[in-house]
Amino acid sequence: MIKTVKAKTKKIKSPLGKKLNKNHNQTMSGAEMVIEALVEQGVDTIFGYPGGAVLPIYDAIFQQDKIKHVLCRHEQGAAHAAEGYARSTGKIGVILVTSGPGATNVVTGLTDALLDSIPLVCITGQVPTFLIGNDAFQEADTTGITRPCTKHNYLVKDVNTLANVLHEAFHVSGSGRPGPVVIDLPKDVQFAEGKYISKAKAKTHMYNPKTTPDMAAIKKAVALISKAKKPIFYTGGGVINAGPKASKDLTAFVKKTGFPITSTLMGLGAFPAHEKQWMGMLGMHGTYEANMAMHGCDVMICIGARFDDRVTGDITRFSPNSKKIHIDIDASSINKIIHVDLPIIGDAGEAIAAMYKEWNAQKYKADEAALKKWWKQIKDWRGVNCLAYEKDDKIIKPQYALERLNHFLQKDAKKNKRDSFITTEVGQHQMWAAQFLPFNKPNRWMTSGGLGTMGYGLPAAIGTQMGNPDGLVIDVAGEASILMNIQEMSTAIQYNLPVKIFILNNQWMGMVRQWQELLHGERYSSSYTESLPDFVKLAEAYGGIGLRADTPDELDDVIEQMLETDKVTIVDVRVAQNENCFPMIPSGKAHNEMILAADAEQFDKKLV
Amino acid sequence: MIVKDKKENQSVYGDGPGDRDIQRHTLSVLVDNEPGVLARVIGLFSGRGYNIESLTVAEVSKKLNQSRMTIVAIGTPSVIQQIKHQLERLVPVHKVNDLTEEGPHVERELALVKVVGTGEKRVEAIRSADIFRARVIDSTTSSFIFEVTGSTQKVDAFIELMVPLGMVNISRTGAAAISRGSDKI
Ligand SMILES: Cc1ncc(C[n+]2csc(CCOP(=O)(O)OP(=O)(O)O)c2C)c(N)n1
Ligand SMILES: [Mg+2]
Repeated sequence: MIKTVKAKTKKIKSPLGKKLNKNHNQTMSGAEMVIEALVEQGVDTIFGYPGGAVLPIYDAIFQQDKIKHVLCRHEQGAAHAAEGYARSTGKIGVILVTSGPGATNVVTGLTDALLDSIPLVCITGQVPTFLIGNDAFQEADTTGITRPCTKHNYLVKDVNTLANVLHEAFHVSGSGRPGPVVIDLPKDVQFAEGKYISKAKAKTHMYNPKTTPDMAAIKKAVALISKAKKPIFYTGGGVINAGPKASKDLTAFVKKTGFPITSTLMGLGAFPAHEKQWMGMLGMHGTYEANMAMHGCDVMICIGARFDDRVTGDITRFSPNSKKIHIDIDASSINKIIHVDLPIIGDAGEAIAAMYKEWNAQKYKADEAALKKWWKQIKDWRGVNCLAYEKDDKIIKPQYALERLNHFLQKDAKKNKRDSFITTEVGQHQMWAAQFLPFNKPNRWMTSGGLGTMGYGLPAAIGTQMGNPDGLVIDVAGEASILMNIQEMSTAIQYNLPVKIFILNNQWMGMVRQWQELLHGERYSSSYTESLPDFVKLAEAYGGIGLRADTPDELDDVIEQMLETDKVTIVDVRVAQNENCFPMIPSGKAHNEMILAADAEQFDKKLV
Repeated sequence: MIVKDKKENQSVYGDGPGDRDIQRHTLSVLVDNEPGVLARVIGLFSGRGYNIESLTVAEVSKKLNQSRMTIVAIGTPSVIQQIKHQLERLVPVHKVNDLTEEGPHVERELALVKVVGTGEKRVEAIRSADIFRARVIDSTTSSFIFEVTGSTQKVDAFIELMVPLGMVNISRTGAAAISRGSDKI
């Protein structure tokens, strides 16, 4: 057995440690300002990877103990870890990477955060100002490269502006529609001495997005809602981003109205899945009832969602007979894809609270008779039982594996009084997780929605576990995706993070295989994963625990063992290879043209 | 050659929204005069596939460190609306006014036009320039440089006239625009 030798890293008590938080208006080095500003912004954990152009900041980190640095094994991993941390805690995620390759490696994570509106501040090292533009060693045009994949970015050339930029970056990242912000920091600026400006004194620009909705519009919306005969709530990640109170208010308001509610992939958990009004997710792999109700409704109340093409299907036939209310903090999301009748610009939380208040103030009542008919219709749709699948007693069906996982998660929650957090990779397993795992609280579901980044789940789980040390964190993974950031196993070991990686191993890039089967004449081009590693041995090689379930009767045991482990654990669940994820709305089709598992055989592949 | 039937060739996505009702709008955009702001705006147009006819930018306030961009954009009304909102989203953008939408405004463009020739053509060039109130700002025995200002259409017309008279080069500024009357925008 190999004995792990802990490197001796003696913490040196430094002048910086004492300086922190005492006198904010004194001179210090750029590197020290970074630490000082992070502390003032309430940051206690950052994710990163060192290199030449950020060594002064790493030096400053070494000499203090207010901020914990989590050393990831790849900058993309650091970015997704920061995303997982941000999404599960509601705080801003912070990343620190070096210039050149460090910065380019982080780009996928930044783009992921941009598309899913996740607040991140990413500090990248840069070559010294006097070398910029010279093709210096490890130079990349970081602000140029990241301009289209960030909410905003900065190149700081003067140390006296640095403190202000740091505070402004947090302000920009977290306010309005959240997003990633990059600060590119040349090495000479990190060394230079300058005046620090405290958070309180910083000028955070003129960036002040509107968050309070127009009350006249709210009144109109609530009046329209009260008259609806076939209403539906359609909510998204904006509700989660608006904070836990928004989800609470949403739940209260929806329950008061008695209306059905569906949500996007990003919005799961804002409304409790155990409630009767919950219809399941909508969209390409959403439930039959949710999509049919979206298609047939007369009033659609869209809150913090953006009519993504995976949600709408064919836009010309999207919910043709409804009046649409759209609440969004980003004016550019409104009327971008679907024309709406009542746009409301503002924070989802403020808008929900205002609508609920108005509903109560006007003593509105839903049209009971109409609603009864609507629910009867929905009951028929639910009767289709769209998530049904063929059980098998020899081969583990992926859906069955998730049902068993859910069963034991419920038990675990009662027994161990802990919350579970689910992250995912990208593919069929991700969609099945969205379909088969119920989310009853916000900030418990971390998945790459907008960008669909394979390799997201493990680092996101690491960030989630850092932010929620007592939580049970599980990455529902595919065997192809997990290999994209498998190196983060090492991070999980180093920081004693007992995340569980639940691989639904079908040996295929299942989602690709499914499209090839249904839409490309069963020509399976490069979607079979040959030469897969032995995941049990792989886990052990990293110092973690590896488990395997080959047959349905081994599954329960393996899940129970997994929930008990105190180290990062990979569970290799060998599932059916050719299972398809249904329902499915093929690209370019309308909500009422879903393919269900039952008619998959009759589905005319040439029509698509 | 493989001949596919039409159905098979069709994209599952159909034809897209098409080119209905294309309009030309002049947007006035007040921005912080900071490095990268122009790249941000241009990147927005290329990244999202918007069409730009012209863009001018220069500092308008030293004290506030602000510049004004005048952008002439082309698209359907909903695309123009999107452009406006997308511009407003950029952090260094303070204000976006759609001058075409918001009421009467004036628009001017300047062009420098070099015409080479002698004899009758040279005389004709000078005569036409006079009609367009173009000034001669440089001349040799065989060339003129004219400076012409006016609406984009007027500049277009002048250039068209100069082509057969020996025009060899032009440099245009693109439109600068401002609202009429006493409004501040
Ligand atoms: C970085 C990246 N590359 C490619 C894709 C395209 N893609 C989407 S799903 C998928 C297959 C995923 O396979 P696996 O992780 O085994 O999941 P499964 O679908 O089998 O559950 C691929 C290649 C992607 N989403 N992300
Ligand atoms: Mg797979």
